Amino acid sequence: MRVTRDLDLAEECVQDAYARALSTWGSRGVPDKPGAWLTTVARRRAVDRLRRDQSLRQRLPRLLDERDPAPPPEIEDDRLRLIFTCCHPALAQPAQVALTLRLLCGLTTAEVARAFLVSEPTMAARITRAKKKIAAARIPYQVPPAAALAERIEAVLAVVHLLFTTGHTAPSGAELVRRDLVERALDLARMLRALLPDDPGVAGLLALIVLTDARRATRVDGAGRLLLLADQDRALWDRPAIAEGTALVREALRCRPPGRYALMAAIAAVHDEAPSWDDTDWRELVGLYDLLAAVWPSPVVALNRAVAVGFAEGPADGLAALDALAAEPQLAGYAYLAAARADFLRRLGRVADARDAYEEALLLTENAVERDFLAGRLEEL
Amino acid sequence: MAEYLILIYGDEKALAETDQAMFEQTMKGHNAFAEKHGTALRGGKALWGSDTATSIREDGTVTDGPFAETKEGLGGYYLVEADTLDDAITIAKDVPAPFGGVEVRPIRVFD
Repeated sequence: MRVTRDLDLAEECVQDAYARALSTWGSRGVPDKPGAWLTTVARRRAVDRLRRDQSLRQRLPRLLDERDPAPPPEIEDDRLRLIFTCCHPALAQPAQVALTLRLLCGLTTAEVARAFLVSEPTMAARITRAKKKIAAARIPYQVPPAAALAERIEAVLAVVHLLFTTGHTAPSGAELVRRDLVERALDLARMLRALLPDDPGVAGLLALIVLTDARRATRVDGAGRLLLLADQDRALWDRPAIAEGTALVREALRCRPPGRYALMAAIAAVHDEAPSWDDTDWRELVGLYDLLAAVWPSPVVALNRAVAVGFAEGPADGLAALDALAAEPQLAGYAYLAAARADFLRRLGRVADARDAYEEALLLTENAVERDFLAGRLEEL
Repeated sequence: MAEYLILIYGDEKALAETDQAMFEQTMKGHNAFAEKHGTALRGGKALWGSDTATSIREDGTVTDGPFAETKEGLGGYYLVEADTLDDAITIAKDVPAPFGGVEVRPIRVFD
């Protein structure tokens, strides 16, 4: 973008670079620094394009003025600038996500639309509007100054986290996991880690993604049915990923107070390191959820804490903790609350109440794999 | 460089009920703002309330009241010059707006 100073052209060149990457890397292998390679190719394509079409260049709206015709900056800096532009708080979050996928991950508009289950014209309009705002309001293409960095990095982390969670459990549809989105989120988190190696939030988010994704092989059985943590074959978990993730968590937790992602990653690490469901350190988990609730108060965190209480202290205590959340407006219509209640009621032998709760959870769940799981439990009652 | 209009919105009812001390404090805030951002400032005024507004529709009909009825009325504005939206936001954060907030809009230039 430094070269072209225009988002549309930058977008095409990035897209083009990805297409070349797929063909070149397929035959010659992935280069040492794929990100750098992509930017270099995209930059070269941009120069080609500009030379070829001077008239197009005249008509291009300039994103920035010509005030700093600086020497070519580090390629990494370019990508960092770009992600801060895409995730600028003056853009709505759906637009931030769309621009990030389009410009940093090189997805086509059609692919971005598919990822978020909206029509291609809708996504095209969203991207066009965001780009227009970037140009008209002069959203800068720069890494924020140190004083604003902590606040601005939060928006970037939120976008990557949202991509990951959307991929990890697709909100609806036939597949539990959208592998493509998970991979994109992991790539972005790794890129941020390389660019901002001292940021504890980045370390925490990368740890969270790596530690959660380490269990990917066992989340569904051979027939695509949902497997709970309790029923997963832990021998199949990705041990090198768990080792990488726990090292990152330790680093992220050194920052006081520990941040939201570091604590979520620590929770994932407790599960990853437990030899079995029954040998999970539930009290440790309750403590971590307490810390998480302090830095990130949310009814969903309270819900997860209540579940951990149920396993640490027994289903009656868990149910009491869940019922204390029944009045939370944000949890009204939240399927996991009904599903968690159903599970504790089942363990307590309250069959009729459990049946009602499973039925409620089914009404609220749109992911087909999760629906099958709930229907199976209901049948077993 | 580009120009941005900072529109100051506030709850007019709260504004009308404000006491002298609060009013003076807000005015002080505006003076401090003007002093701090004098080099970026290209203009700015306070407005009388929306009960003084007159609207003229496209067909020439003249009516009493603001163009759009909202709880938070436009109470004033600043025109500032800034390099980027980030710089404009930094300036806008210093505008006193005790009864609402501000909106930042880039000035459109036709060429």
